Amino acid sequence: MIGITSYGAYIPRLRLSRKVIAQNMAWYAPEILAASKGERSVANWDEDALSMAVAASYDCLAGRDKKAVDAVYLASTTLPFVDRLNADVLATAVNTREERVTCADFTGSLKSGTTALMAAVDALKGGKSSVLVAASEMRRTKAATTVEMYYGDGAAALHLGTDGVIAELTGTYSLNCDFVDHYRGTGKDIDYRWEERWVRDEGYGKIIPKAIAEFVAAAGVKISEYSKVIYPCYFGATHAGIAKRLGLAPEQVQDPMHAVCGDTGSAHALLMLIAALEEAKPGDKLLLASFGQGSDVLSFQVTEQISSLKKPLGVRGSLANRVEMTNYQKFIKFKDLIISDMGIRGEPNPNTSLTTLWRNRKKFLGLVGTRCTKCGTPQYSFTPVCVNPECKAAHQMEEYEFADKLGRVLMYTGDMLAPSVDPPAVYGIVSFDDGGRLLADFTDCDLNAITVGLPVQMSFRRRRKDEVRGFSVYFWKAVPQVQG
Amino acid sequence: MATGIRDKVAIIGMGCTKFGERWDCGSEELMVEAFEECLGDAGIGLNDIEAAWLGTCLDEVNVGKSALPPSIALRLPNISVTRVENYCASGTEAFRGAVYGVASGAYDIALAIGVEKLKDIGYGGLPEFSTGMGITNGFWFPNMTAPGCFAMLASGYSAAYGIDMKDLKQAMAHVSVKSHANGALNPKAHLQKPVTLEQVLGAPTIAYPLGLFDCCGVSDGSACAIVATPEIARSLGKKDFVTVKALQLSLSNGEEMTFNEWNGSNFITTSKASSAAYAEAGIKNPREEISMMEVHDCFSITELVTMEDLHISERGKAPADILDGFYDLDGKVPCQVDGGLKCFGHPIGASGIRMLYEMYLQLHGKAGKRQVKDPRYGLTHNLGGFPFMNICSIAIVGRHDV
Repeated sequence: MIGITSYGAYIPRLRLSRKVIAQNMAWYAPEILAASKGERSVANWDEDALSMAVAASYDCLAGRDKKAVDAVYLASTTLPFVDRLNADVLATAVNTREERVTCADFTGSLKSGTTALMAAVDALKGGKSSVLVAASEMRRTKAATTVEMYYGDGAAALHLGTDGVIAELTGTYSLNCDFVDHYRGTGKDIDYRWEERWVRDEGYGKIIPKAIAEFVAAAGVKISEYSKVIYPCYFGATHAGIAKRLGLAPEQVQDPMHAVCGDTGSAHALLMLIAALEEAKPGDKLLLASFGQGSDVLSFQVTEQISSLKKPLGVRGSLANRVEMTNYQKFIKFKDLIISDMGIRGEPNPNTSLTTLWRNRKKFLGLVGTRCTKCGTPQYSFTPVCVNPECKAAHQMEEYEFADKLGRVLMYTGDMLAPSVDPPAVYGIVSFDDGGRLLADFTDCDLNAITVGLPVQMSFRRRRKDEVRGFSVYFWKAVPQVQG
Repeated sequence: MATGIRDKVAIIGMGCTKFGERWDCGSEELMVEAFEECLGDAGIGLNDIEAAWLGTCLDEVNVGKSALPPSIALRLPNISVTRVENYCASGTEAFRGAVYGVASGAYDIALAIGVEKLKDIGYGGLPEFSTGMGITNGFWFPNMTAPGCFAMLASGYSAAYGIDMKDLKQAMAHVSVKSHANGALNPKAHLQKPVTLEQVLGAPTIAYPLGLFDCCGVSDGSACAIVATPEIARSLGKKDFVTVKALQLSLSNGEEMTFNEWNGSNFITTSKASSAAYAEAGIKNPREEISMMEVHDCFSITELVTMEDLHISERGKAPADILDGFYDLDGKVPCQVDGGLKCFGHPIGASGIRMLYEMYLQLHGKAGKRQVKDPRYGLTHNLGGFPFMNICSIAIVGRHDV
C-alpha cells in the first residue's frame, strides 16, 4: 500500500485582516474594497518559503525515524535559490542522512506541490520507502492589489511511505496546458497578472472541473463517493461554481481557507488536503486537484491508521496560533515594499564563507551539536573538547540534535540599538531541559511577555539576506512559548 | 615558584588626554597628547624608552593593524613596539606587556599606550562587530550589540536573586548618578554634568532593561604609562612612587554559554581574577583594604554585578551596598572616582590605562576635588566581551612603601 503516513503544516502566526489593507489602500485602488473580508497569513520578516518548509517538515516528521527518509522533495515558486538545491537545505535542516537520498526542487508552477506528490508516489513505486514532500510559498505582491489580499504565506509537508499509511493513494491524473493567468519571468519577484474575469471563467472555472471529470471517468469512480473534494481557488464565487459544476453536495466541498489564511500557492492544495485529513474518518475518500498550467488530481482513501496517528500541529494547530497584525506599514516593511533607514550600523554585509558553511552544515542548518560520550553532556560547541569542567575529554563527541529540544530562557534582552526589521531585536541564552545551551535570537515574540524560565522551541529562520550577492543565510531562533 | 608582580615595577610617569568627541584629533594626535604629559611627568627623554606596547581594539575603524602607529606618531627610536588586543582589556594588556617586560629584566624602562578613535564611523554606539566576531561565529551569533548583551545580565541577576526589575533599576540608576557626580569633578571627563535619579530612570530604553544613562559614553581618547624598575624610579629622584601590586587576567572557556551551570548573574572570570589579584598583592580583606576602584562600568548593571565578583559586596547584596552609598566618592570604597566609563566613554584601548591614571593621580594626591583621603590600594578592572564569554583584567597599584 502506498500513501500518506503523516502530515505537518506551518501557517505563520501573523494574520492581517484584509480590512486593514483596504483601509490603508482603497483610496488608491477602490476595487480592493470588494475583497476586504477575512484575513491572510503573513510570514514574519525572518521567514521565507524554505524556512516555512522546514517548520512544516519538522511538524510532519516528529517522532519518526528521519534517518530512514530516502527522498526529499520541495515544491514552491518562491524558493530562495535558483541554483543551489533548496530541498538539500531542507534535508540538512531536518537532518536526514546524506547518502542514498534523492532531493529535488519542484517549481515553476503553482501545481508544483501536487506534482511533487505524484513524483513521490512514483518514487515509492520505484523502490523508495520514505519520502518527504514539502510545499511552501511566500509571494511578494504589489501594494493595493487584490492578490495582496488573496495570497497568504504557509507551508505543508506530507510523509509518504508504504507502512503505516493513513491515506492510501487510489489514483492520479494529470492535465497540463499552458494557461498563463500570471507569470513571473526570470529575475522578477512579483507576478504579472492577466484580467481576473478571464482567469476565473476560463482558468479555474474550466480547468479544475475538466481535470476532475476526466479523472473520474478514467478511474471509473463516482464523485459522490468522495467525502471531500479539495481544490484551491481564491475567487469565492468561482470556487462555489466549480462545486456546482461537479455536482458536489455542500458538505463534500473542502473549505479553501480564504477567510483564515489566504491562498498559499504551491502549498495550498496540500494544506487543504491536510485540513481535510484532520477531519477525516477511516474509510473516507478524498479527491485533491491543484491549479497551475493545468491540474494534478490525486485520489486517497483514509485508513484505520489515521486513528492512531500522533496528531501534529497541522493546519488546525497552526491556525490556532494566531496573532493579529494591525499595522499595514509593518506588513509592507516585512514584504520589503518600503525603503526605510536601518542606519549606518545596518549597512555592513559580510560575505558568507561557503567553506565554513560546508564544514559546519549540520551545525548551522540542522542545529546538530555534540554530546560527549564520556560524560553525556550535550553541547552546541565548535571545539572537539568537552565543556564539562569535570570532563574536558577530547574527540569523544557524538552528534546531538537540538532542534526538537525544549529549552528555557536563561537571560534575555530587547535591543533597540541592533539594526532590525522589527525592533527591538530580542535575543538571549536558552538552556535546554536535557542539557546544553544556545545563544540565540528570539522570534515570534513580544518582549513584554518574556520572563526568565519561559519555555522556548527552536525554529529555523532566515537570519540574513545578502542582497548584494543573493545569498540567504539560515540559522535557528528561539520561539518563546507564552501560554494563553 | 612564581612570586607574582608585587613591587617589581614602578610607574614613573602617566598621561591621559581629555576624553570626548575629539573631532579635531585622530589617533596620532591623541597619542601625542597623552604621551607628552606622560614623558614630562616621568622626567625622562624619548630615547630612554626601550620598548613599548600599544593597546587598541577596533583597529579596523581606527589605527589599522600592527604597532607602527605609535612608533611613527611618537617618533619612537626604532625600538620594539608590540600591538596587543584583547577586547576591553586591551589597554591593561598593553600595560601588562610593559610591566612584564621590565619585571623580566629585559628592559629598564618601557611604555604602555592605549588609544581608540571611535568617533570616525558616522553613528552612535560602538562600531558594529559583524566582521570582528570571526567567520564561524558570524553564522550563528544573534544580531547583538554591547548594551543588549550586558542587558541580559540584568534579567539573569533579577531572576537569580528574586529582585524585581524595578528595584534593580533603582540600584543601577544610583550607579550612574554616582558616576556622573564624580565625572562632574573631572576636567578630563567627556561628560561633566551631574544627572538625577529621575533623569536616569526616565531615559529612553536602549536595550531592555538598560536606559540611555545605564550605558557609558562613546569617546575618543588615549592614555599612557611609563614603567621602570624601582631602582630607576629612585635614581630619577621619585620618592613616593607607585608600584604595581597585582596584574591578573582571566578568560572564559565557553562554559557560561555552553554548560548548564552558570546562572547568568555574575562574571566567573572577574571572581577568579580578583581572588588571584588579592593573593598576588597580599590583600586579605578587599572590602577593608581596597581604598578606591575604577571598574568596567560599560553599563550600570556591569558595575553592580562586578561589586560582588570583586568579593567586596556579598552575593546578592550589591544593590543594597550601592544604595547605601558604599561606593560613592565619600563612601567606604569609592568606585569610579574619576567618573568611570560612564563619563569618560570607552575608547577601548585607552580605558584600562585611563583607569590606572586616576589611581596614579589619587595615590600621588593630585586628584583635586575628587581626592580620596590617604588611599593605599587602587584597583582597576576591565571586562571585555560579553557576560557569557569574556576577558577580565585586574590591576592593583599602590604606593611602593605600602
